[in-house]
Amino acid sequence: MTEPTVAGRMGTAGRVTWLPDYGVYLALGVLLAFNLVFTPNFATVANLRLQLVQVAPVAIVALGMALVIGTEGIDLSVGSTMAIAAALLPLYLGYGPWPAIAVAVLAGAAVGLVNGGLVAYGIQPIVATLGLLVAGRGMALVLADGRLVEIFDPTLAAIGGGQLLGVPLPVLMALTVAAAAGFVLRRAAFGRRLLAVGGNRPAALLAGLPVRRTLVTVYVISGVLAAMAGVLTTGRQSASDPSFTGLLIELSAITAVVVGGTPLAGGRVRILGTLMGALLMQLIIATVIQHDLHDSTARMIQAAIIVAAVYAQRNRSGT
Amino acid sequence: MNEPVCEAHAVSKRFGGTLALDHVSLRLEAGEAHALVGENGAGKSTLIKVLTGVHRPDGGTIRHLGRPVSFSGPADAQDAGISTIYQEVELAPLLSVADNLFLGREPITRLGLLDRSRLRREATEVLARYGVAVDVRRPLGELGLGIRQMVAIARAVSARARLVIMDEPTSSLAPREVDRLADVIEVLREQGIAILYVTHKLDEVFRVCQRVSVLRDGRLVHTGPVRETSRIGLVAAMLGRPVAEVRRHGVTSFGEAHEVGRAAPVLRADSLVRAHALNGVSVEVRPGEVVGLAGLLGSGRSETARAVFGADPLDAGSVEVAGRARRRWNPAIAIRSGVCMVPEDRKAEGVVPGLSVRDNITLAALPRLTRGGLVSRRARDRIVGTFIRRLGIKVSSPDQKVGELSGGNQQKVLLARMLCLRPAVLILDEPTRGIDIGAKAEIQALIDELAREGLGVLLVAELEEIVEGADTVVVLRDGTAAGVLRGAEIGEQRIMELIAADVSDGSAGGRFDD
Repeated sequence: MTEPTVAGRMGTAGRVTWLPDYGVYLALGVLLAFNLVFTPNFATVANLRLQLVQVAPVAIVALGMALVIGTEGIDLSVGSTMAIAAALLPLYLGYGPWPAIAVAVLAGAAVGLVNGGLVAYGIQPIVATLGLLVAGRGMALVLADGRLVEIFDPTLAAIGGGQLLGVPLPVLMALTVAAAAGFVLRRAAFGRRLLAVGGNRPAALLAGLPVRRTLVTVYVISGVLAAMAGVLTTGRQSASDPSFTGLLIELSAITAVVVGGTPLAGGRVRILGTLMGALLMQLIIATVIQHDLHDSTARMIQAAIIVAAVYAQRNRSGT
Repeated sequence: MNEPVCEAHAVSKRFGGTLALDHVSLRLEAGEAHALVGENGAGKSTLIKVLTGVHRPDGGTIRHLGRPVSFSGPADAQDAGISTIYQEVELAPLLSVADNLFLGREPITRLGLLDRSRLRREATEVLARYGVAVDVRRPLGELGLGIRQMVAIARAVSARARLVIMDEPTSSLAPREVDRLADVIEVLREQGIAILYVTHKLDEVFRVCQRVSVLRDGRLVHTGPVRETSRIGLVAAMLGRPVAEVRRHGVTSFGEAHEVGRAAPVLRADSLVRAHALNGVSVEVRPGEVVGLAGLLGSGRSETARAVFGADPLDAGSVEVAGRARRRWNPAIAIRSGVCMVPEDRKAEGVVPGLSVRDNITLAALPRLTRGGLVSRRARDRIVGTFIRRLGIKVSSPDQKVGELSGGNQQKVLLARMLCLRPAVLILDEPTRGIDIGAKAEIQALIDELAREGLGVLLVAELEEIVEGADTVVVLRDGTAAGVLRGAEIGEQRIMELIAADVSDGSAGGRFDD
């Protein structure tokens, strides 16, 4: 009984417990301030808009990832799912853009079904989704014959680059997904189940909750969101590029989730924190590029931040 | 008397505010198997850890082979000839039997390479001494638990051990494997090795050991030759009750017996079998009846409770609710048919610490509170308010995280989680363990009140709670019902007699008396 309880904002023993929860806002503020002072042309509408559009697919994938991590899981296959979605689009565009998008999203759901099924029946999430991380991209390349295909479809282009009331559509989609996820977590029975499964799986089982169904659903949601991100990316690039669409995005997404204060041990999901985490990662890349540093510098900074975030969480996940 | 192999003298160990070991002295002689028994938390594992250098004693001395010693850790103790075999065999399952046997001290050739043929030959020889004949090239993980246990013992002993500590070595063994272990212990004794045999099973004490020591609440309360110790005396020492005067005093808040009558059982579990845990237990619960499960630790009390709820899979047996036999049985189905359980391990299987009190209470009721996928806030808040008031759960608000509550209040939250489902049968596994006296009394009174309202209760608890709270007591021993007591028959003396009864006489074994 001597372990610290999962306490509120301020630790009872004076330990800094707000850091894992709110550190992302601090980091974001510091980085914004730095850019406002030192980066020319940073505070322009065009630049801010570009940053937001670029972050949208990562944010959407990260939101699905946050739900998965909330169940004490992980989904490594999101990048490959994006690639599968991208590869399917040109194949079905002949039936019109919407049927093609539907096929892509259904493929994402199928990937999630496989992942979730494996996890629900006892395979460790990291192993279960590693399979489709590797196989998924292979499938995408086979589907596309390993080629980049240019796409000239006004609907897809609009989804990737259009805007509504001045807000870019990808950003609008990310915000909608975030709002929906937040609502589900707060109000829907599914959200409670998800957090219970992640927070204490044996307890959820003994409370009679449908643990397997909850797990499968969460991975399906993650797969669908990844496929949507694949559609967005394809639309914005006006090209289906199965080799590079979503490559390594699982790392950015996991980083965004963890940096945003969602513990890897599950039982808790921070939606706003996840959005901020995605934004932080994007801003790091943007800053590095605008200061003429190499891309790999950004990766090193991201790596340092994820290590710091996980370290800050260590007290909570260890109990 | 001969010089003992190992001797602890007035050893004390304190953890925070609790004295885990209080001036415990123990002599382990060459060639003796010395049983160490005691209920959970009595200090058995602390004593082992002190002997093997995991913990440093706060007071007292340990002499090994005639010299005072102060081990820095298990490796140090092992070098000095003290080997420990833990409950869970900790070997490498993918390596071969021979590799496991000589891990860390493999025979090597002059070139510094592994001498495979010698390894194989010596491994076969060593195991043959224990009556084990297996192909030593096979991966250990392919073999049965009994063989693995033997390999662990052979490994410990071929390391020139003088003292072998066995921590509940038979907890996962089949009866035939237990026989073999007993033979091995004979072989060890003939070699002049001392054995400290930690167990919960009285039969094994009388079968394999020459002396027995009993720990209770960190103190050594009994030590002596097994020949001069009676079973009932041992049970009384473990539980801390005088054998002769078994008094009934009002230590619990349970009231009078409940009116059960001859109503048909609402729950009937028949011949439950689960490997290594249950050996054909049958239990019946009638509306308004509190059925207590009594027995020593490891006798199958929790296992019975969990099996009745469908929390663990069964190898055989049947569960019947309200006269209807259930073929598929798991917690979700149990809850739907009105059988609910509050598990023993609050932390691991009960509360979801990051969720609020409100969410924890309504966790199991979610399906009933949900319309169109959304939780009805009004219905939820009404239930939460009702139960917080009825059970007197002390919270700053229903939004408070359950992890911040005291043990007693967490337990009440778990009770509320199940009670809000309006169950017909409630299974309670140690509902008052580890909570303060006030909350304990409240929960006991609540159980009483619920039974009077017609709830059937299956209760696993301390002996005194069972004696005073239960209308019917099923006494368990080694995973079978050793007897059933009703009404006036219930008493500590009778229960202890049934626990201690010699299995070989067989008259009380696994039979209902009606």
